[in-house]
Amino acid sequence: MNINELMPFAVLVPLIAAPICALLPGRILPWLTAFFAAASSLAIMSGVLPEAVDAPIRYAFGNWMPPIGIEFRVDAVNAFIGLLVSLMATVILPWARISVNQEIPERQGLFYALFLLAFSGLMGITMTGDAFNLFVFLEISSLSTYALVAMGRSKTAPLSAFRYLIMGTLGATFYLIGVGLLYIMTGTLNMVDLAERIPEVADTRAVQAGFAFIVVGIGVKLALFPLHRWLPGAYANAPSAITVFLASTATKVAVYALLRLVFTVFGVSFATAMPYAEVFMVLGLFGILLPSLWAIEQTNMKRLLAYSSVAQVAYIILGISLLSVTGLASGLVHLFNHAVIKAALFMCVCTVIYQTGSARISAFHGLGREMPLTMIAFVLAGLGLIGVPLTAGFISKWMLIQAAIEQDLWLAVVVILIGSLMAVIYVGKVAEAAWVRSPPEGREPVKEAPIGLLLPMYLLVAATYYFGIDTRLTLDIAMAGARVLIGAGP
Amino acid sequence: MSPEFLIPAILLTPLIGAVLIALAGRWPNLRETITLVTAASLFGLVTQMIGPILDRETLAVTIVEPLPGLAIAFDIEPLGLMFALLASLLWFVTSVYAIGYMRGNNEPRQTSFYVFFAVAISGAMGVAMSGNLLTLFIFYEMLTISTWPLVTHKRNDAARAGGRTYMGVLLFTSIGLLLPAIIWTFSVAGTLDFTPGGILYGLMSPSSAALLLTLFVLGVGKAAVMPMHRWLPAAMVAPTPVSALLHAVAVVKAGVFTITKVVIYIFGIDFLAEVPLERYLVYLAGFTVVVASLVALKQVEIKKMLAYSTIGQLSYVVMAALVLAPFAEIGAAIHIVAHAFGKITLFFCAGAIYIASKKTRVDQLQGIGLRMPLTMIAFTIGALSMIGVPPTAGFVSKWYIIAGAFQVESYFTLVVLMLSTGLNAAYFLPIVFRAFFRPEEEPPSVDHGEAPWPMVSALCVTALLVLAFFVFNGPVVDIETRILEVAP
Repeated sequence: MNINELMPFAVLVPLIAAPICALLPGRILPWLTAFFAAASSLAIMSGVLPEAVDAPIRYAFGNWMPPIGIEFRVDAVNAFIGLLVSLMATVILPWARISVNQEIPERQGLFYALFLLAFSGLMGITMTGDAFNLFVFLEISSLSTYALVAMGRSKTAPLSAFRYLIMGTLGATFYLIGVGLLYIMTGTLNMVDLAERIPEVADTRAVQAGFAFIVVGIGVKLALFPLHRWLPGAYANAPSAITVFLASTATKVAVYALLRLVFTVFGVSFATAMPYAEVFMVLGLFGILLPSLWAIEQTNMKRLLAYSSVAQVAYIILGISLLSVTGLASGLVHLFNHAVIKAALFMCVCTVIYQTGSARISAFHGLGREMPLTMIAFVLAGLGLIGVPLTAGFISKWMLIQAAIEQDLWLAVVVILIGSLMAVIYVGKVAEAAWVRSPPEGREPVKEAPIGLLLPMYLLVAATYYFGIDTRLTLDIAMAGARVLIGAGP
Repeated sequence: MSPEFLIPAILLTPLIGAVLIALAGRWPNLRETITLVTAASLFGLVTQMIGPILDRETLAVTIVEPLPGLAIAFDIEPLGLMFALLASLLWFVTSVYAIGYMRGNNEPRQTSFYVFFAVAISGAMGVAMSGNLLTLFIFYEMLTISTWPLVTHKRNDAARAGGRTYMGVLLFTSIGLLLPAIIWTFSVAGTLDFTPGGILYGLMSPSSAALLLTLFVLGVGKAAVMPMHRWLPAAMVAPTPVSALLHAVAVVKAGVFTITKVVIYIFGIDFLAEVPLERYLVYLAGFTVVVASLVALKQVEIKKMLAYSTIGQLSYVVMAALVLAPFAEIGAAIHIVAHAFGKITLFFCAGAIYIASKKTRVDQLQGIGLRMPLTMIAFTIGALSMIGVPPTAGFVSKWYIIAGAFQVESYFTLVVLMLSTGLNAAYFLPIVFRAFFRPEEEPPSVDHGEAPWPMVSALCVTALLVLAFFVFNGPVVDIETRILEVAP
């Protein structure tokens, strides 16, 4: 079996494992199945990535040649994202086992089945080369995510899931309308084919409306400011494992879908003809400042990190609005780096929830003494979020600032730095609560988290620093991916 | 020893020490022994760099290059060597002092105190040895972050408020001003390496260079040039050993050290001489010197007064570096040492007075010189050094700065120095007078003598260093003269 034929299994293995998982009894078996499915996806993707950087890998399902049939098409960009998603799933699952045991004691088979569905949906969005197929995978991942969010223990979890469902369905519908318009105008759904045919009809209203529908539809999914309202509630109320997984993958995959459609399908010249860059730049700048401000105000730690995620997505949006190789590369590299950093941070917060049962910042008072390892991990990862040198966050911010300077956008540089300063405040708020405040009167002593929760957390913290020092994997592939997207060849 | 081994060893020694201190937390005597052994071995390692630098060998090592052109690299030159020697020597002395202070005051959480102290020293070593601006920035931030737990050590409302001001000002200036300045430098020059003669010559217009230099001078918040000085008085909520070593030596000197390095190795003196607007920064530094002294005059808390005195003295260095005269640059370098010896002595004395008598205010010190003669004699020596009277260290550096001011005929600098000398005398000499020649108004609540012996011996050592530097400053001056050499 060569790598072309192996590649689709990165999506198929979790998809097939999902119903098996649902049928398995007990706790260990479903988890093992899920873990092996994720790990095999990771193994396949790590084999695919080096090949895909050289030339795109294609696989046509049922031997129906594209553009008639559906194909998976993997180049440097989506191999990179696919590796990220499968990597995060594999790292998060061992951590999830412990927290899921506490939060969802019964019927775990169902939980892991939904998890695998969400995972395979995200992988599918990443790998597919067909615009309609992308919608199908989008729905697979979204529907299972709504159900997963609703499984949260808090009373407001179903409400948050419902809000997420309304917004998510709106987004998906918008996307579908956009794809429909493109299909009417071009008669094809294959992305490569679409890219060839769109220039002929680029001046028509229908295609331009399709572009707008698609961008807004995916904008909801990636929590593009100001379409982010669903995200804090969903992140805050979902089960811990799902919060960590969503924060590190869902929005990232949506950003990828946006990149793929705007750059590969419509192309840079189409995007420049539309007011794409201007709108995204403005949304990026405001999206950095306002959500950071909101993050500072939060007293629920999960919400705080959720608003910070909205702000971090805005950095990526700002990077890709620059329409340059450096800008796109900064966006791609931040996609990866932020996924690692935010997963680590959410793991720390959810570990505190696991031990104390509360996500409020008052629950963090005095924890620096009682859970030193968890809180040190939080601060170490928080430094990455701020963008301190030696962390992965510094690499992405440095690239972004370089990209902004290339185009003399000093205002953007100022905004990026203000955003970093605001990150200092909200990370500092937690550090102050943990170390400078004393524990509330009458609280039972809190114990340090079990080793099973600490190990994956420290793995991600280590990755935050590793990717801040050795940038061969992240930055080089991001540069290659950016060149693919901008159309400058591999 | 090869630089590949020596430089990482210097950085790691305090960090390893920190880990061992944390592990030995339950046994205070073992913990303090580890602190002292670590400090002594660090000083030993740093002295190993003297020989190669005297022989004009390069001591440089590149650890890793995360982005093209941006490396974590170290390169020792005379200024950095001097700073590293100073900080590591005084760390040992301060450790002795801290043992007396922390035990004498029954401070809680002593283990974490010693741990973060060691981490902060590692940061200071990194700043001293860094070979480019990025590396310097990393360790500069490490120094900021590792000293925050020390500032907030008391964990009361005052400590929290002080900690917020401390972090707020230092991180705002470093991320908001210093980092953009570094990025700007990189985008213009394509490198951040400290190079004799500078890297910006001919690449910038004079007006842009003036703006960039302003970003650097204000962005290095640790140099406490007004209006970025508020963190230093706020940091005085920390235990006195922290104020003594970090907020009179390691942290603040890292600030003026950075500015001096930027002036000499990033801009180059010849380039800055062509920037006419640069003299406004000299005025700003001069303004800081005078105003800080005026504010110090009105302080009643001893430590607050010393903090404002530090602000003024730091701006001596900034002003001397920016006057752009060869003698003044040497004066700036020498003043880093001279002020360190003097000010650490003064802080040691303030802490000793507090431990022995619980007095923190200037107006409580009547007659204390009779109860604590050694402490107050040391205080007098430190105060004379601040004023710049021979035979103290402060005289040497002031001499070079004045000589530099004459070289470029900067009469503004001369006036500022004279005013400052007068003001320094006005707020230090009354304390000395009060301590020795005024009788106690009422007997103190506890009949006390000198502070515990580790503290007294530490402050005697630093006071002797103040005197010794007046006599034996030759080698330091000789080696610092080399910072002005431009590679052919």
